[in-house]
Amino acid sequence: MESVTPILEFKNTCVSYTKQTMAVKYVSASIERNTITAIMGPSGCGKSTLLRAVNLMHNLYPNIHVDGEILLNGKNILAMEPIDVRRRVGMVFQRPAPFPTMSIYDNVLSGFSLNGIKLSKAEKDAIVERCLRSVALWDEVKDVLNKKGTFLSGGQQQRLCIARALAMKPDVLLMDEPTSALDPIATKHIEQLLLELQKEVTILIVTHNMGQAKRISSKSMFMYLGELVEYGDTETMFSNPNDERTKAYLTGKMG
Amino acid sequence: MSRLRLKNRLAKDKLMLWGVCLLATLTAVPLLAILGEVLLRGYDQFSWSFFTEPTPTAYKAMKAIEAGEPIPGGIANGIIGTIIMLGMAVFVAVPVGILCGAFLAENTKSRFAQFVSYLTDLLQGTPSVIIGIITYIWVVVPMKGYSAIAGSIALCIMMLPLIIRSTEETLKILPTSLKEAGLALGGNKARVMIKVQLPAAFGGIFTGILLAISRVIGETAPLMFTALGCSFIRFAINRPISAVPLLIWEFFNDPNLQDLIWGASLFLLLFVLTLNLLSKYLAKKWNQ
Repeated sequence: MESVTPILEFKNTCVSYTKQTMAVKYVSASIERNTITAIMGPSGCGKSTLLRAVNLMHNLYPNIHVDGEILLNGKNILAMEPIDVRRRVGMVFQRPAPFPTMSIYDNVLSGFSLNGIKLSKAEKDAIVERCLRSVALWDEVKDVLNKKGTFLSGGQQQRLCIARALAMKPDVLLMDEPTSALDPIATKHIEQLLLELQKEVTILIVTHNMGQAKRISSKSMFMYLGELVEYGDTETMFSNPNDERTKAYLTGKMG
Repeated sequence: MSRLRLKNRLAKDKLMLWGVCLLATLTAVPLLAILGEVLLRGYDQFSWSFFTEPTPTAYKAMKAIEAGEPIPGGIANGIIGTIIMLGMAVFVAVPVGILCGAFLAENTKSRFAQFVSYLTDLLQGTPSVIIGIITYIWVVVPMKGYSAIAGSIALCIMMLPLIIRSTEETLKILPTSLKEAGLALGGNKARVMIKVQLPAAFGGIFTGILLAISRVIGETAPLMFTALGCSFIRFAINRPISAVPLLIWEFFNDPNLQDLIWGASLFLLLFVLTLNLLSKYLAKKWNQ
């Protein structure tokens, strides 16, 4: 059988903050195209650290070292230019962070302006409408596109941030607890949105919320103390975990 | 017993409150007294010609005093000189200061940045009279004459550390998520700085610029060594030029012109006060 190159693959990926301690230890896993993969685990288990490694965010902090390989479409991103990687790997952060000085319209297009890409007015309008529609925000904001992004509610701001990331047509979308700062209704909206979006983009989501992982992801990773303890179908993991630690976490005895 | 204790504590609380109020009033007294004094003495001297005409000659002023008339002329030469020199100083100090502040905010760990940061502190603590004499040696002597250029260089050097610090501090308190979000979209560091971080920090940086202006606008010592002064309205930047604080010093030294001191002082005070209020307002608006 011919094997397809996975869209994203971790090969013995390690991240260390200091020489003695590793925050992520020898993680190997391959992520399937157009799926939602949840990364779960107790606080400090290295799940955000692993996620941020995919976007080369650790390059900003000289004391953090990433070892091993992370392959995006078969190419090791650790050897690529950060600018190039980040254009193909979008990221949505825990707290909604629309650019405060930009309008809603300019926020959606900020990926282009930050990359120095010039667009015609018609192209801009089309991109803004397409992206805001795909995050189900268009109807709510189409008359206030010139208002500041920070004028929106928390849930709307987070959807704007997703739209901003989608505008660059990334292969992979990284989400670092995107709903932890939102109320249940806004969370529900985002979850529905993600289920829709997996048709166009592969999503890797860090979540504290086991219910959320169960609701939206097809694959799940469970991390503990920097190790990838278990990785597999979400359903199997929740119904019949392999590892005692996974079981303890899922049943609320740990974490 | 416990009731007595409670009374005791309440009494102490009241005493403390009165003490704090008293001290706060004491601090405000000199400020208000200065404002009041300058306002009372200077108010009469404000007139249209005070702002449009240059300083009178001592002879003209003497004649007017003998005839029992108010002194003719005003401080237009000083106002124009101040505006020209400040304008040139701001033109150079703002871009240089902002870029330097951005560098310091982004590279907290580099040795070079720490060295520059230390120098900035040193520059901020340098007495203005020393900056004046240094500018005299560096600029006035090679140019073979006092000039507006030399004056603006001295003011620029004094403004730089203030602008650098305010830019650095404002950039540092921006949430990291803003910078990370910009970089996560594939922008390079320079673009993220120009399009995301600096606009977000605009309020703080602008406040810093206004404070830097109000800090140097009253500087007299460095201008004595560099701009020298000039008794008529002049726009040339390579010749000696006047400034409002220089005029106050000149008026003080000339018995015939002493009536103009308070008008000039009031003008300077109101200008600085306006800048301060404006920067406070902007800072408040930006923080919301």
